[in-house]
Amino acid sequence: MYTGGETQCELHAANIRQLFQALGERYPELLPRLKTEVAVSIDCEVYQDALLQSIAEDSELYLFPRIAGG
Amino acid sequence: MSTMIKYVAKELKVVGTRPLRPDAVDKVTGRARYGADYALPGQLIGKVLRSPHAHARIRSIDTSAAQALPGVKAVVTREDFADMPVEYAAVGELVVNFRDVTRNMMAREKVLYDGHPVAAVVATSESIAREALRLIKVDYEVLPHVIDVVEAMQPDAPLLHEDQYTIGVTPKPDRPSNIAKRIEFVRGDLEAGFRRADLIVEREFNTKPVHQGYIEPQACLASYTEDGQAELWTSTQGHFVFRAQCAKVLQMDVAKIRVTPTEIGGGFGGKNNIYNEPLAIALSRKSHRPVKMVMTRDEVFRATGPTSGANVKVKIGCTRDGRITAAQAELNFQAGAFGGSSVPMASMCAFTRYDLDNVRVIGNDVTVNRPKVAAYRAPGAPIAAFGVESVIDEMAKRLAIDPIEFRLRNAAKEGTQTYYGPKLGRIGYIETLEKARAHPHYNAPLGPNQGRGVASGFWFNIGSETSASLNVNEDGTISLMLGIIDVAGGSRAAMAMMVAEEFGIAADKVRPIVADTSSLGFNFITAGSRGTFAGGMACVAAARQAIEKLRQRVAQIREVPLGHVVWKDGRAQPAEGSATSFSPMSLAEIASVAGKTGGSIAGHAEINAQGAGPGFGVHIVDVEVDRQTGLTRILRYTVVQDVGKAIHPAYVEGQFQGGAVQGIGWALNEEYVYGPDGIQQNPGFLDYRVPVASDVPFIDTVIVEVPNPNHPYGVRGCGEVPIISPMAAIANAIENAIGVRLCEQPMSPPRVLKAIEDALPGKAKV
Repeated sequence: MYTGGETQCELHAANIRQLFQALGERYPELLPRLKTEVAVSIDCEVYQDALLQSIAEDSELYLFPRIAGG
Repeated sequence: MSTMIKYVAKELKVVGTRPLRPDAVDKVTGRARYGADYALPGQLIGKVLRSPHAHARIRSIDTSAAQALPGVKAVVTREDFADMPVEYAAVGELVVNFRDVTRNMMAREKVLYDGHPVAAVVATSESIAREALRLIKVDYEVLPHVIDVVEAMQPDAPLLHEDQYTIGVTPKPDRPSNIAKRIEFVRGDLEAGFRRADLIVEREFNTKPVHQGYIEPQACLASYTEDGQAELWTSTQGHFVFRAQCAKVLQMDVAKIRVTPTEIGGGFGGKNNIYNEPLAIALSRKSHRPVKMVMTRDEVFRATGPTSGANVKVKIGCTRDGRITAAQAELNFQAGAFGGSSVPMASMCAFTRYDLDNVRVIGNDVTVNRPKVAAYRAPGAPIAAFGVESVIDEMAKRLAIDPIEFRLRNAAKEGTQTYYGPKLGRIGYIETLEKARAHPHYNAPLGPNQGRGVASGFWFNIGSETSASLNVNEDGTISLMLGIIDVAGGSRAAMAMMVAEEFGIAADKVRPIVADTSSLGFNFITAGSRGTFAGGMACVAAARQAIEKLRQRVAQIREVPLGHVVWKDGRAQPAEGSATSFSPMSLAEIASVAGKTGGSIAGHAEINAQGAGPGFGVHIVDVEVDRQTGLTRILRYTVVQDVGKAIHPAYVEGQFQGGAVQGIGWALNEEYVYGPDGIQQNPGFLDYRVPVASDVPFIDTVIVEVPNPNHPYGVRGCGEVPIISPMAAIANAIENAIGVRLCEQPMSPPRVLKAIEDALPGKAKV
């Protein structure tokens, strides 16, 4: 919804913070949601609230709703 | 920096054993101090005036008569709390909107559920406080209300929030709606997948709201002093989050609030959110006295955070050899008075047990006139599993495929791409299915009106911000300070055991305490099955830091190079093959001279634990159904679950048993009953029937250990998975017992009887 229907893209980012910046520039409506509503998977490992987590070249990333629990 | 300490297999001496837990004696003797056990000299009693209506506009509130009553020291209403703009922050188990937090804490424009706080008073006695509540005059304009989720989704339903437009819909709607958010996951080509199917089963399910049912009601004691500092003792799953939320709504500096978590009598997600705490602090600020507030059971049901009721539609297609070709679900969840149910998580874990190419899941988060929902142990997952695992079972039966075999043919494994995005890492779903199939329970004989059901569950588990600190005492024992709340009963023992393992000492030489917010760095709520995983990782990091300091100290004391000193079996000794020889020093020996050789030895860690390993479980249940009364009796129950590593097996087994029993109650008896006026009719344990010990047999447990590669001891969270499978397993068992499938929870005697009658041959369908 916030990406005009696009479900994947290629970006350059060395860590999750840079990833969010790049996504926010490409999809401005997505930006407010990134820091609080989103988890990031980097090559099978899931990260939440890990803005400085490094991203290697050619990593496969997925963004999905934040996970919590009870 | 995010932290992930990798698993290394090694011989263990403490981890995996069953020492006595450090909190056991206090709890069984009644010495343990829970929220209501705390008191301060001069304290006052606080009580809350709650809405008697499910939905109403507040025209005016007159507290003058209450304030004039002798013994009343302060009254607060919406006027005493700042209004907050829309601001989303992850300071609770779910992302919260502080505009909603302030309104749930104390109603402003409207009351949105029976029990919604409207005012609070504090007085010298409870009876005076109750009398003061009766004197508060509130002028309400009663409005139409809506409780049912499907009704609330209709365009002509009574509207809770005139400014709520559904998020997640394009183009943006031009009319407000009770649907706060819509979420959708799509993978592959659903239509093509259904075209390839030899069998398609489609069912609709309805579940009622239930409560976490913790035995200890919310209780807090607040003391605000004239210098602007506040102390709060409270029963909570997250004292740091409570501090943050109270500071935000009361517009105080975080450091000015010190929160001490009391011993907790159950939480299960229901104590992740503030309720009376900011009211108690505000009343203390106004009255200049400590204020104690203890909820009644009635208040807990009406005004804390039960879980969603839901409407779930599931459609699955498969080939005749049991390969799923397409899977679709629509999950409509009650959020309560404000948006923010667990429907996103439910949507993500609905089908994640299976390796699927074609999936579509839609989730709707719907506001209704009942209390704002809170998390309940794997929030959303049991509801989704009730639908999906019931349909899976029906498909297996119709194809004459063993239900576990059906699941094995479609099981997710390492490398399976989930439909919500990431690939799964190392998991143990297949191992749990195979252990379940090999268990004697699975093939035990059954009698008439008896049936066996199977269901499986998945939960993500989380890590998050965690801090821990330890000090080596002068006699070589260790004091361990934790920010993880012992919600599970046993987590502090498990963390002490991991520390003992690291140091090479006995478990009873490590004394764990749960520390207050002034003693440690931030700790996220203890939920999401993160306690032993993240807490353990922080403790191991703290222990390894301290051990490094011990090595350095011994190198100095023995005057040898640091590289020649290793820590092994509880002491510093020469590294194997090193040219240096020195007399080893035990922890106690080093500690006894620490003060004279540079100071005491400590270790601490402040991490954001990542790499939580997902958990999978399989439940087997045998039931007997009385066709005359509709009563379903649980005859036998077995829980099989992968936990990565059971640090203390008894507490893991306890998690399995507790989760299963909560799921049994959810399946068979528990529900919020509402009258036509939108008022809950059963806000008490007499009429809200949770299982008691005589209702259930011994719950057998099988611990599967497929180590999580991202934890030093291989731990996966284990507390939430056990509640996911029971509803579906029991529905499947009932179907096998009497040939009738129930798609509505709870499967209480009247519903079972009706289902039996409706299934009679020749019964007219109305």
